Amino acid sequence: MLGAYLPILVMFLIAVFIAAFVIIVSSLLGPRRSTVRKLAPYESGMEPIGPAIRRIPVKFYVVAMLFIVFDIEVVFFYPYALVFRDLAGPGLVAMGVFFLVLVVGFVYEWKKGALKWE
Amino acid sequence: MEPLQIPPVNLILLAPLLTVVGWASALLLVDVFLIPEGKKKLTGYLAIAGLLVAGLVGLPLWNVSGSTFSGMLVLDRYSLSLTWIFVIVGALSIAMALDYLPRHGIEQGEFYPLIMFAVAGMILLAQGTDLIVLFLGIEALSITLYILTGFAYPRLTSEEAAMKYLVLGAFAAGFFVYGIALVYGATGTTSLAGIAEFLGRQTLVAEDQTLLLAGAGMVLIAFSFKTALVPFHMWTPDVYEGSPTPVAAFMSVGTKGAALAALLRVLAFAFEGVQAYWLPVLAALAAITMVVGNLGALGQTNVKRMLAYSSIGHAGYILLGIMVASERGAEAFLFYLLAYALTNLGAFGVVIALEQQGESVWSIEDFAGLYQRRPMLAVAMALFMFSLAGVPPTAGFMAKFFIFTAAYEGGLGWLALVGVITSAIAAYFYLRVVVKMFMQEPAREVQPELNRGLNADIIIAGVATLLIGLVPTPFIFLAQQSLVALGG
Amino acid sequence: MDVLLFFVTAAVALVGAIAMLVSRNAVHSALFLLLNFGAMAVLYLLLQSPFLFTIQLTVYAGAIMVLFLFVVMLLGAEQVEDTPDRIAWQRPLGILLGVGLLGVAAAASLRGAAGQPAPGGEAAASFGNPAELGALLFTRYLLPFEITGVILLVAVVGVVVLNQRGRQQAPAKPPAGD
Repeated sequence: MLGAYLPILVMFLIAVFIAAFVIIVSSLLGPRRSTVRKLAPYESGMEPIGPAIRRIPVKFYVVAMLFIVFDIEVVFFYPYALVFRDLAGPGLVAMGVFFLVLVVGFVYEWKKGALKWE
Repeated sequence: MEPLQIPPVNLILLAPLLTVVGWASALLLVDVFLIPEGKKKLTGYLAIAGLLVAGLVGLPLWNVSGSTFSGMLVLDRYSLSLTWIFVIVGALSIAMALDYLPRHGIEQGEFYPLIMFAVAGMILLAQGTDLIVLFLGIEALSITLYILTGFAYPRLTSEEAAMKYLVLGAFAAGFFVYGIALVYGATGTTSLAGIAEFLGRQTLVAEDQTLLLAGAGMVLIAFSFKTALVPFHMWTPDVYEGSPTPVAAFMSVGTKGAALAALLRVLAFAFEGVQAYWLPVLAALAAITMVVGNLGALGQTNVKRMLAYSSIGHAGYILLGIMVASERGAEAFLFYLLAYALTNLGAFGVVIALEQQGESVWSIEDFAGLYQRRPMLAVAMALFMFSLAGVPPTAGFMAKFFIFTAAYEGGLGWLALVGVITSAIAAYFYLRVVVKMFMQEPAREVQPELNRGLNADIIIAGVATLLIGLVPTPFIFLAQQSLVALGG
Repeated sequence: MDVLLFFVTAAVALVGAIAMLVSRNAVHSALFLLLNFGAMAVLYLLLQSPFLFTIQLTVYAGAIMVLFLFVVMLLGAEQVEDTPDRIAWQRPLGILLGVGLLGVAAAASLRGAAGQPAPGGEAAASFGNPAELGALLFTRYLLPFEITGVILLVAVVGVVVLNQRGRQQAPAKPPAGD
């Protein structure tokens, strides 16, 4: 049963390995000659103007919320993908109606400028 | 795998529902694309038109009945009558809001489609015959109302209302789903007919049915929250006070009516076999709801809060009709719902007329001397107050009369007695408003704001309140006819 | 093999959950929760529920975690402030309820281990199989499925409406003192 997921596991391990490899190797091989300049926070060559941790704008949150809604809608497409041959025409209509409602929401938020980043 | 067959779908049976949903979705886009800022009233008129069309679409379905979507949805006269009530409630609420929103600087075109979506949720509650559909109906209604209660943002009370309603509503939703899961675990089905069949198949031994009873209890808690039955009513005054007044009006009659209608179907149809278990619980709920709701209203000086407590009390009365679970009870329920909806919408209409711009006090003092300034408005308000108090010859009197007789005949005499006593108590705070309007001098200068939408609302509500009170026969006949095949 | 996998993932899930609780930095907490979500997803796979696995990853680990992180960063709440706990009774109550839940779960699993059938009967063999689920969703549960679409539409409208208003009002108000 779980054998089918072996490739995913392998890919996951490869990804972890590459990430770890790059970090470890570069820290092992790279020369380390610290100076005051080098230890200073780097901000595109400018003088640092404040702490790096700041409050992010609320816009991110709005996008995230819209994302969740559409993410949940996407979830319904997985089971459909598995049975759409068996459902044939009527299934397409059913999914089409669902999709249409989805599109209404999408067009609406687009026109409203909710996706615009000022 | 065998080719899958989608069960036959009879769209005619959900024509009103489809009309509302389709119209609302289209209106959403029309509003964004075609209707310029400042002309959003047009959206409101279109929404009212959509609701009326949905009501008309229902007319030829009077003699149609049947269920579709694998028995998840049913069309019968009961649901059709409720649909009409909800459509009227939605249309009148929109009429109230037409000028209210711009006056308070919170006009956004989405308000009107959102009300339509809420009405769709209510229709779903009236038509649903599966716990899952009922849950989704409640959610459609609730999510819309979370948005609408917060519509007066950035007014703090509105935000507070939305927040409270959202958090508590989410809890209630959790109870509902958990209840459905437990009922499913016990019976293996979520359909009301399936549950009824399961209960009819065997003699029920309570000890073996812990799951079922626990599940039913949780579903009941969720319903109690939505209908603001004591002790699940704490949110009501705050939410009604904070939300825009047309929304409060809509909630006080719409949400309550729809949730109670669904509760009636669930209890009378699915859980009829275990009446012995839920009857005492509901009786206790109804009794404390009537007492607490009406006593709570006594001390209020804020009219909106008073109406909130009054709506709690009225939910208790309506519950009497549900408990009887007979045709007589259901008739009384429908009649009461109609009478109460119209009266309450009218009363809220007058409150809106007196609501000053940029203010959030709805002091009862503002009613003082209203008769001298706006006699007609004062007379209308007096009519609504009489009706809410149950004084003849208004709709409220007939409704109370029916519900109490139904309860008495159904063997719930003591509850009817509680109802009568609390009605007598309630008369005090309703009549206090009347006394203020007619017998006192104005305390401060309040300029009542009337306009077309509000006028229409108050006139329709007032005329209907009188009409139902004076000539109740056709309405009773309609209610009786609505129950020819309850449950379907 | 499955047993080994179970213990490894369960251990990871536990470590993630505990680390989330004790971590002082809210962002770290969120990331540990992510670890917990990932481990839970694998547990769903072990329970033969690939669909739940997918949902757990796309919705919870993918979307909801992002929302959590955004809230944390939006409020600038990364660092725990050492203010006295306003609701002091919350912690003991939480522990008490947690222990209670643990007890119930233990009782349920012991009952299952004792060979007593679940009260609702056995689940079908194909339970949780996405294709089976799709077949049900698009036939018997077609109506709930479509209603869900409408509810999600309302949710989109809600996000836009409540945000739009804030944006319109923003210039009128003095900038919030952040």
